[in-house]
Amino acid sequence: MALLTIRDALNQALREEIIRDENVFIMGEEVAEYDGAYKVTRGLWKEFGDKRVVDTPITELGFAALGVGAAMAGLRPVIEFMTFNFSILASDQIINHAAKMLYMSGGEFKVPIVFRGPNGSAFQVSSQHSQALEAFYANFPGLKVVMPSTAADAKGLLKSAIRDDNPVIFMEQERMYGMKGEVPEDDDFTIPLGVADIKREGTDCTIVARSMTVPMALEAAEKVQQEFEVSVEVIDPRTIKPLDIDTIVASIKKTNRLIIAEESHSFASVGAEITYQVMDRAFDYLDAPIKRISTVEAPMPYAKNLEAAALPSVDKIIAAVKEVCYL
Amino acid sequence: MAVVDMMQAEYQKRRKSQIEAIKKTDKKLLREMLYQMVLGRVFEEKAAEVYRMGKIGGFCHLYIGQEAIAIGSMMALNPDDMVITSYRDHVQAMVKGISPEAVMAELYGKEGGCVKGKGGSMHMFSKEHEFFGGHGIVGGQIGVGTGMAYAAKYKESGQVTLCFFGEAAVNQGIFHESLNMAQLWKLPIIYICENNQYGMGTSQERAMSTRNIAKKAESYEMANEFVDGMDVMAVRDAALRAIKRAREESLPTLLEVRSYRYMGHSMSDPGNYRTREEIAKYQERDPIVLFQDSLKTAKVFTDKDFEAIRQEAIEATKKAIEFAEESPYPSESELLSDVYA
Repeated sequence: MALLTIRDALNQALREEIIRDENVFIMGEEVAEYDGAYKVTRGLWKEFGDKRVVDTPITELGFAALGVGAAMAGLRPVIEFMTFNFSILASDQIINHAAKMLYMSGGEFKVPIVFRGPNGSAFQVSSQHSQALEAFYANFPGLKVVMPSTAADAKGLLKSAIRDDNPVIFMEQERMYGMKGEVPEDDDFTIPLGVADIKREGTDCTIVARSMTVPMALEAAEKVQQEFEVSVEVIDPRTIKPLDIDTIVASIKKTNRLIIAEESHSFASVGAEITYQVMDRAFDYLDAPIKRISTVEAPMPYAKNLEAAALPSVDKIIAAVKEVCYL
Repeated sequence: MAVVDMMQAEYQKRRKSQIEAIKKTDKKLLREMLYQMVLGRVFEEKAAEVYRMGKIGGFCHLYIGQEAIAIGSMMALNPDDMVITSYRDHVQAMVKGISPEAVMAELYGKEGGCVKGKGGSMHMFSKEHEFFGGHGIVGGQIGVGTGMAYAAKYKESGQVTLCFFGEAAVNQGIFHESLNMAQLWKLPIIYICENNQYGMGTSQERAMSTRNIAKKAESYEMANEFVDGMDVMAVRDAALRAIKRAREESLPTLLEVRSYRYMGHSMSDPGNYRTREEIAKYQERDPIVLFQDSLKTAKVFTDKDFEAIRQEAIEATKKAIEFAEESPYPSESELLSDVYA
């Protein structure tokens, strides 16, 4: 095991896959000479050169489209969006083209491509740079959506995403790039897409969290354990689509309580979907209404206090635990 | 002077030398070019007929009047070169090698269709024939085609890409984003703007601040040509020059191929935005009539040959209809297959 930041774990995954498969290349704004806007691609251009690490003009729709065509013609592009907010410019290519290509071509053309970059809020970057878009992309059949929360998951899942034959939306979190974790040193270490991970075992209440809300949920779990002796289980689906609902349902059958913590807005969110699936599969096991912590229904404000108030937090999660446990 | 009159004047000027060139061209190739044009015409006329009978659903965009573009350019390719186009894709699909049976069955939404009835009129594909579709979002395929050319260059495969789109797609951002990248990165692609002069019911004059589309390439320092899209040999010559540039120098070209769409935008188009006189004026320069006239003048083929070619096309279309009629509907198991690889 090596102690790595999420940033360096992602960097290792990219490096190893570029070495492993000559058809893998990474393309995006400032990924090469600048070393990546968030340094995820640091050193790769120096090591591999212009062919494998490609700086693009600021032309998100254009380079997303180029990636789709290149994938159809046999390459395995990794397209970096400086943030997923900018992917909205490219969403025609992601949704109308990449997601549908295999189906509408009757299985003739697969699109093995990864669209990756930071998703969700950062540090006071305001309305147009703080969106969590996983529910948007998860809505479209044909796309896979991945959201790691640890360094090991980041590395193992990114390697799987690059090897996957489908378009994969791989969502990182800017606030988490510096977080450290143990990562296996095996350069063939992968984590399969579609498998949830129980980040903390517990018996009284289940929290389903993803990306930035995972460390929040773990901290909340420790606090309620100490303060109220409530044992919280924290599940990270890791892959939003396909969703490992079985692991969530099994946990609820044990704890009988569910909280969902997510960084996206609440309306029609992934949490809303999980809530439906749990109602469908485990209604009789619930001892309390499902609670959900999301970002408020407003664009992200700039002011530090307002931003904090808009987002999920450890305190909000603790309050929800108390509510579902009737404390 | 109207563009159509200028095109006719230019045509008259080059006609003599073109006929000399035809005399030196492989007769088998000329026959195949004419056959594909006539097949495209007959096939699309039949598609219109069966559409009106309710055999074909959804949208159905016909190619009638534009045949010289696909045939002139695509028949200058190597078999392993790549092609991508818009939703007006039936003829391109057939020229690239997909059988008329598989195209017609696709229009019928049948299992025997080239994509098993899952794509329909707008989404013909064949990996075997390097035909990358059939795309329904105006301009979207311009970016995808750019990526295909990028892959060819990356893999050093020597393939060139032909990327077709209508003139209305030129107003989309993806056209400009793609041309910039293609010239910046020197990609082996030929962008073929099929200027049929109408984006649905809106004429180019009402939608574009400039008239000359070929010149837009100069903003990107890209090679470009304006081509008479009713003259299949002119299209072929321009395509050969562009293909050579792509293959030998790995450089892109924009061809504006001026044509005319005889039918509506799709089968549901009322056509109230243009006059019968205007349509008739363009039909005087019908690409099949012009080509046959040249072939006859060059003494390569006779009226008898033309009739035989037409009968062949009618027969192939008849077989396509029979195949489509008899092909079963896709099994319900297809509903959820091919969503993920």
